[in-house]
Amino acid sequence: MLQGSIDERRIDMARELLALLEAGRNEQADAQLTQMCGEMDAALFQEVGRLTRELHEAMNGFLLDDRVSEIALHEIPDAAERLRYVITTTEQAAHATLNAVEKSLPLAGELSSGAETLGEAWDRFRERRMTVSDFKSMSEDISRFLDLARGHSKVLHAELSEVLMAQGYQDITGQIIKRVIKLVEDVEGRLVNLVRITGSRYQQHKDHDDPAILEGPVVPGINQGSVVEGQDDVDDLLSSLGF
Amino acid sequence: MKILIVDDFSTMRRIIKNLLRDLGFTNTHEADDGNTALPMLQSGNFDFLISDWNMPGMTGIDLLRAVRADANLAAMPVLLVTAESKREQIIEAVQAGVNGYVVKPFTAATLEEKINKIFSRVAA
Repeated sequence: MLQGSIDERRIDMARELLALLEAGRNEQADAQLTQMCGEMDAALFQEVGRLTRELHEAMNGFLLDDRVSEIALHEIPDAAERLRYVITTTEQAAHATLNAVEKSLPLAGELSSGAETLGEAWDRFRERRMTVSDFKSMSEDISRFLDLARGHSKVLHAELSEVLMAQGYQDITGQIIKRVIKLVEDVEGRLVNLVRITGSRYQQHKDHDDPAILEGPVVPGINQGSVVEGQDDVDDLLSSLGF
Repeated sequence: MKILIVDDFSTMRRIIKNLLRDLGFTNTHEADDGNTALPMLQSGNFDFLISDWNMPGMTGIDLLRAVRADANLAAMPVLLVTAESKREQIIEAVQAGVNGYVVKPFTAATLEEKINKIFSRVAA
């Protein structure tokens, strides 16, 4: 409604300007033109003023928001600490698992080679190719092997239980990371508001194809530029480069 | 066969060390970035280098370039084992003279295959 009346007024003024120019009344035409420009400037200044006020109020609102100071003073440092704890926890779990594996593999090897040796003797016995003294030595080997198997299987059971328990890190770190995600989303909402107020000046995106920037592990759903999809892709790329 | 494993995560170094032991390579040593690795390589008579890319201090690609620039080390086979998966980076590594590229997470079979490939090429 208002816009319509402004447009009509402009059209009227333009008609008057045209009439003055056609009539050769240049002085009056110039005055008319100056008045028209002045009105445009006034509207522009009003608009700039309004935007400045809005920005000022929004910035004040942003800075005075209790949540923002809480986020800046406590939650972000806390989040960094939590994420460091995630690294520590996952590292401990990996080491606990590796310790158990390192202890277990040689035991499995001993069981396997013991069974192998006994198996050969047992075959000879079943084919009645065994002397009495060999039989005595085999029966001693059998009881030694049974002791070994009892001991090793107890240790293996304990080590595997360690591996099982070490996987608890997933629960702990998952919960911590979820909290940090919630904080990131909160901050994101506030930043989006700030960007909306300051307009579209920050359109530049990170250059994901710059090889100087290390992206780290591929995360599904995150734009990391042109990345390979696993080892097969790497091999294809390498062979296309003459590897 | 004396092998140097370079990664800033000690767990990854242990995993690689264990996989190498399974493959019969028992003479392995560790460093946590390029700055620590380079002097070890220069004085240690190593036969093979396995390195991560993204490490604080000196990165794996800079270590690779330093190895290629050093007359005594230039011929050493180098395998990058890294989470960095951008095509530009793989091309960059090839241009820097890498002998193999394994992306994390990887399997024992993949590591074995790449190591065997490197040694068969070096032997040829």
